Amino acid sequence: MNIVVCVKQVPDTETTRTLKSDDRTLDRAAADGVLNELDEYAVEEALRIKEAHGGEVTVLTMGPDKATDTIRKALSMGADKAVHLTDEALVGSDALQTSYAIQQVLGRTGFDLVVLGSESTDARTGVLAAMLAERLGVPQLSLANKVEIDGSSIRVQRQTDYGYDKVEATLPAVVSVVEKINEPRYPSFKGIMAAKKKPFETLGIADAGIDAAQVGLANAATEVVDFAEAPPRERGQIVKDEGEGGVAAAEFLASKKFI
Amino acid sequence: MSKVERELPTPEAADLIGLTRDLVAAEVAPRAAADEEAGRFPREVFATLGRAGLLGLPYPQEHGGGGQPYEVYLQVIEELAAGWLAVGLGVSVHTLSCFPIAAYGSAEQRARLLPEMVGGELLGAYCLSEPGSGSDAAAMATKAVRRADSYEISGTKAWITHGGIADYHAVFARTDRSAGSPTAEADRPRGARGVSCFHVPGRTAGVAAAPAENKMGMRASTTAQMTFGGALVPVDDLIGGEGDGFRIAMAALDGGRLGIAACAVGLAQAALDAAVAYAGSRRQFGRPVADFQGMRFMLADMATGVAAARALYLSAARRRDAGRPYGTEAAMAKLFASDMAMRVTTDAVQVLGGYGYVTDFPVERYMREAKVLQIVEGTNQIQRVVIGRRLAEARAAAPGGD
Repeated sequence: MNIVVCVKQVPDTETTRTLKSDDRTLDRAAADGVLNELDEYAVEEALRIKEAHGGEVTVLTMGPDKATDTIRKALSMGADKAVHLTDEALVGSDALQTSYAIQQVLGRTGFDLVVLGSESTDARTGVLAAMLAERLGVPQLSLANKVEIDGSSIRVQRQTDYGYDKVEATLPAVVSVVEKINEPRYPSFKGIMAAKKKPFETLGIADAGIDAAQVGLANAATEVVDFAEAPPRERGQIVKDEGEGGVAAAEFLASKKFI
Repeated sequence: MSKVERELPTPEAADLIGLTRDLVAAEVAPRAAADEEAGRFPREVFATLGRAGLLGLPYPQEHGGGGQPYEVYLQVIEELAAGWLAVGLGVSVHTLSCFPIAAYGSAEQRARLLPEMVGGELLGAYCLSEPGSGSDAAAMATKAVRRADSYEISGTKAWITHGGIADYHAVFARTDRSAGSPTAEADRPRGARGVSCFHVPGRTAGVAAAPAENKMGMRASTTAQMTFGGALVPVDDLIGGEGDGFRIAMAALDGGRLGIAACAVGLAQAALDAAVAYAGSRRQFGRPVADFQGMRFMLADMATGVAAARALYLSAARRRDAGRPYGTEAAMAKLFASDMAMRVTTDAVQVLGGYGYVTDFPVERYMREAKVLQIVEGTNQIQRVVIGRRLAEARAAAPGGD
């Protein structure tokens, strides 16, 4: 099976993340880049599917040069090869444009299954998997916390607020995963050393047949018009327990729809 | 924990440090305080590190090791020790225990034994000290007597890290004439030249561990006396030749001392990080105590000590990696780094004041742990003997010297 995992390098959530004041895009140079956390689960699931059903796992990322660090991590976990789409013309692309660019690359690599994390910790749009499936004209199975493959059929448990839906489709398909799906493995040092020798293809937009007029900040369909600092957290409310503490706690939880 | 900026020779070394940090953050540091409190040895943490390939980093890839220079291996040790000293030091001791075979074993021994020793499943121990011989290691009494195709090892080894847990031991024992008839004056031990080194699996009949020592710190790391009651070791498991043992032991300790220096730097870094974080959040007289110069100067001295010790051990490591003599530099690094760690951890307790003296914060533990680093792998007084001897040799060798 030809499995492609789409991964993204995001600013480390433990560092301070800022938008640039001039073009209101994320300042990627200011923070350490790491593999988007949910994408680790996507890589792990792809590896498990390969281990169970055979095939090959390709890591695909779109991002600046330093995103190679993120690709290396996925390769050191055990992916077989990597494709890195990088081009100045792509800077500032929104989700719609990114889905177009990724679609073009997938046209080159081919795929039976595309696996993604359900969202990234930077933009958090959570729409790329859906857009990609639509562009590719294949079924989308989103928010999967369990994936089963049997021949050419794929079944997932789609996580919901109340439990899960059972969703079934025929391959090829696009799956996005949530963190309940598995426990990602650590790379090993042997994996790190082996990653150096794995096929690694770097593509510009011309290589991938991407139309420059359809990507980049200037051509984006969405625009960040303004941004503001998050207000400092307000003090919490302290309820003194004078026999009614349990009721107060329950009322608070109910008002937030936790119970 | 702050991320120390490191100079690393290759991208894979950078990835290795990244992997180590991930493992420390998720698998090592979160359980340190509780396991230390309970005196519980975290065998499964070592298993996790072993699966990740961290238990044989400086040994050749052809035998299953990581093929990494000491410069890189030691920075991994430092990161581990910053998360939990017992783990950083445990990996250092394990690595030390592989050294005799890796460096002095025959090609047959390396091929037969090294892959599983460095492969991550097993843990090793290094048995040199005895109840009656510590700094004067050559005065050891444990003996190995040749019996047909085996050596029969008898004696007691002391302060053995992983004692009773280890899957194999590097054991040093006398094979000179005194081993046969200890009473005759003419057959008194011939000191360093009468010592040999053996590979002894943990399951060997006659090998037993005494109850673990009750230590001041590093309580999760098992330390015990090991008794060898006529343990039979095949001749094939003599490492090097008869009489090579002391030279092997000293060469191993040169590397081991660098491991201790790296542990000391990691521990001190953790104490510094805790002190900086606390000083930034603790408010007195209307502002963070870190704003007071008296506090800042203290933190500045701590940070300078940590950076200097790191530079010193890395400089010694790079000499080793370049194939140059580094024993003196290793002694200096161990001496300086462990004295520095004692001072920095003590100062960290001072920075936290009363909170530093209670177990709610880790710094009192760091201070207790630091002490052992001034003692193990040669006391800091022995390090000065090594360094001073080198100065005397250099003077004697100089033109016009005595």
